[in-house]
Amino acid sequence: MLVNRKLILAHFWLAFGGFGLALLLGAWQMFVRSPLYAWISNPEWYYRSLTAHGTVMGYVFPTLVAMGFGYAITESALQQRLVGVRWAWAGFWLIVLGAVMAMVPVALGRASVLYTFYPPLIGNAFYYVGVVLVVVGSWIWVALMSINLRVWRREHPGEPVPLAMFANVAGSYLWAWTAVGAALELLLQIIPVALGWKTTIDAGLARVFFSWTLHAIVYFWLMPTYIAYYTIVPRAIGGRLYSDSMGRIAFILFLIVAMPIGIHHTFADPQVGAGFKFIHSAFTALVALPTLLTVFTICASVEIAGRLRGGRGLFGWIAVLPWKNPIMLAVAFSFVLLGFGGAGGLINMSYQLDTTVHNTQWITGHFHLIFGGAIVIMYFAIAYDLWPHLTGRALPDLRLARAQLWLWFVGMIVTTFPWHWVGILGMPRRMAYYDYADPAISPQAFSVTLSAIGAIILLISGLLFLFILATAHRQTATEAGAYRFSVAVHPPTTVPIALNTFALWVALMIGLTVTNYGYPIAVLASRPDTSVPAVYVGAQ
Amino acid sequence: MTVQDGHHGAEVAERTEKRWAMISIIIIVMLVLLAAFAGIHQATMPQARVETTDPARLHLSGEFVESNLGTAAEADGTVTVRAIGQQYSFTPSCILVPAQTPVTLRATSADVVHGILIQGTNVNTMLVPGYVSEQFMRFEKTGDHLMPCQEFCSFGHEGMWGKVKVIDKTEFASRAKNRGRLSCVGE
Repeated sequence: MLVNRKLILAHFWLAFGGFGLALLLGAWQMFVRSPLYAWISNPEWYYRSLTAHGTVMGYVFPTLVAMGFGYAITESALQQRLVGVRWAWAGFWLIVLGAVMAMVPVALGRASVLYTFYPPLIGNAFYYVGVVLVVVGSWIWVALMSINLRVWRREHPGEPVPLAMFANVAGSYLWAWTAVGAALELLLQIIPVALGWKTTIDAGLARVFFSWTLHAIVYFWLMPTYIAYYTIVPRAIGGRLYSDSMGRIAFILFLIVAMPIGIHHTFADPQVGAGFKFIHSAFTALVALPTLLTVFTICASVEIAGRLRGGRGLFGWIAVLPWKNPIMLAVAFSFVLLGFGGAGGLINMSYQLDTTVHNTQWITGHFHLIFGGAIVIMYFAIAYDLWPHLTGRALPDLRLARAQLWLWFVGMIVTTFPWHWVGILGMPRRMAYYDYADPAISPQAFSVTLSAIGAIILLISGLLFLFILATAHRQTATEAGAYRFSVAVHPPTTVPIALNTFALWVALMIGLTVTNYGYPIAVLASRPDTSVPAVYVGAQ
Repeated sequence: MTVQDGHHGAEVAERTEKRWAMISIIIIVMLVLLAAFAGIHQATMPQARVETTDPARLHLSGEFVESNLGTAAEADGTVTVRAIGQQYSFTPSCILVPAQTPVTLRATSADVVHGILIQGTNVNTMLVPGYVSEQFMRFEKTGDHLMPCQEFCSFGHEGMWGKVKVIDKTEFASRAKNRGRLSCVGE
């Protein structure tokens, strides 16, 4: 029962439109810093572009996908009209306003500080205020998810919350709390300096605040993908979900352990002591658990689909899977890329191994593989799956969709594998150009060229994706029927209260963040001698 | 596996699931133990203490005044390197160290966040203004390494490259005789 289709489509179109622009910038960056192009005449353009690329890809695009998908889940999984539609539109327009407000100073070269902010570099205040508005807009969505679930519970006392909605609300709480780290950094530290009320700032404390957001935000990006694994894939390929409870446990684990691990981003920082680095390293290992559980459950669910289609033997069920179905293709690609990306993540989580790759191109390769690969490919799948229900029209041609997914998968590998390799060779991140004539850098030239070619493949795939979605609006009308989610092999009739509510888990999430972050933040905040002069960007 | 309905199927599914969950937990515990073991038994450990310094007064007094930057031979046979990063260079821009000698790197930033990465090694640390970074290193072989700044530090970041020159231990000792601060700038 998708009533507010316009609202959902507005979120998806803004998300994917922004994604297209940011992808174009990304491909341009890969090209100009590769040996395929002579040195860029003004490196400042590169950092402008990089700031826009990171801000849109990191803050605007996934947030809008999670919001649009969240509204779709609320109406279809709970089978009730969305409560608070006006508020939802207000949240949407706040994001539009915030995104424009942030991007204008970036386009003018007044805020080339990159999406990680890292003070004491300080850009134009409108950039930071714009980012805050984007986050505030998304917090309206968080509140609406919670309110809509409450409305449903009142009418269905004691019933198990549908898994899609349970996961969706978990994701919204995770986002609300993880955004607090960057919000504290922006509101208490950066914006007062950007407005000129203060001229000094504690750069070390800012990095600790930001790490609170920077890691868990990845799990917020991941949420729609995991929701799609559990609640779309088994239905779309004609199988059943192996276990409903394991899904709930996985999402609860993400909620609890995504936050208290962010200090692994500051392994090489001088302002955090060794003890908390070890604690966060150990907790980072823990976050692999929900993913390992998910890999099992989804593989088992896919196997059920294969067996139901008559597949036999140890591997025979794989051959009979519906490989022509874009969702099948997408989940397979996503899992392969998640495997490589996850293995890289386990390397980064160890202090000793991280020292060889910290802040090299390995890290950029790693998070592009996880986000661009494993995560975004499922955003495509979600769009393909939902589109007929939103537009009332079938997708134009599944062959195009399959070609798009193949291009993305191949493009991701061609881009990120050499990227990892040059990182091992010691190539630093975020540079507008490299001197490939230097004998110490010239061995990296071939790999960087490959990466740039991969970026062009990705750009073609991204444009093809937008083309498919746009032309779908002009197809002949069909009746797509109600939007449904997967059914478990053993559908839950009763669920333990712990797997049906959030109070305990939210308390644990906040508690663990306080124990793992409270001391480092308190120590740094109470030291009087750590504030340093701000360095304004673009003020010359 | 066939899709089974009813009580028995649910039990089988649950048992399989629990087994997998146990395997997952064992994998994770092994990884944490491995990391802890490597941390305790290897040289690469995060710096133990948090030290602060005022970036606005680095040039006036204290260990990071210009005349004290570079490589110092200590009485106990070890070597200390002091360096600063600023937009858009390192001082000294070429760091001279002896091979097969324990070296302590102490560095900080005079303005924004920078980073030191010595290519071909696992020496890698952030330079955060207001704080002192300390790394223990040891170079086995002589030779040159590039040392780029690894964190975006504004529009000149791509030009911020230093160098590390590792020379023979005895050659270093003869150059260190006059007890000054050594570097390889201009070599």
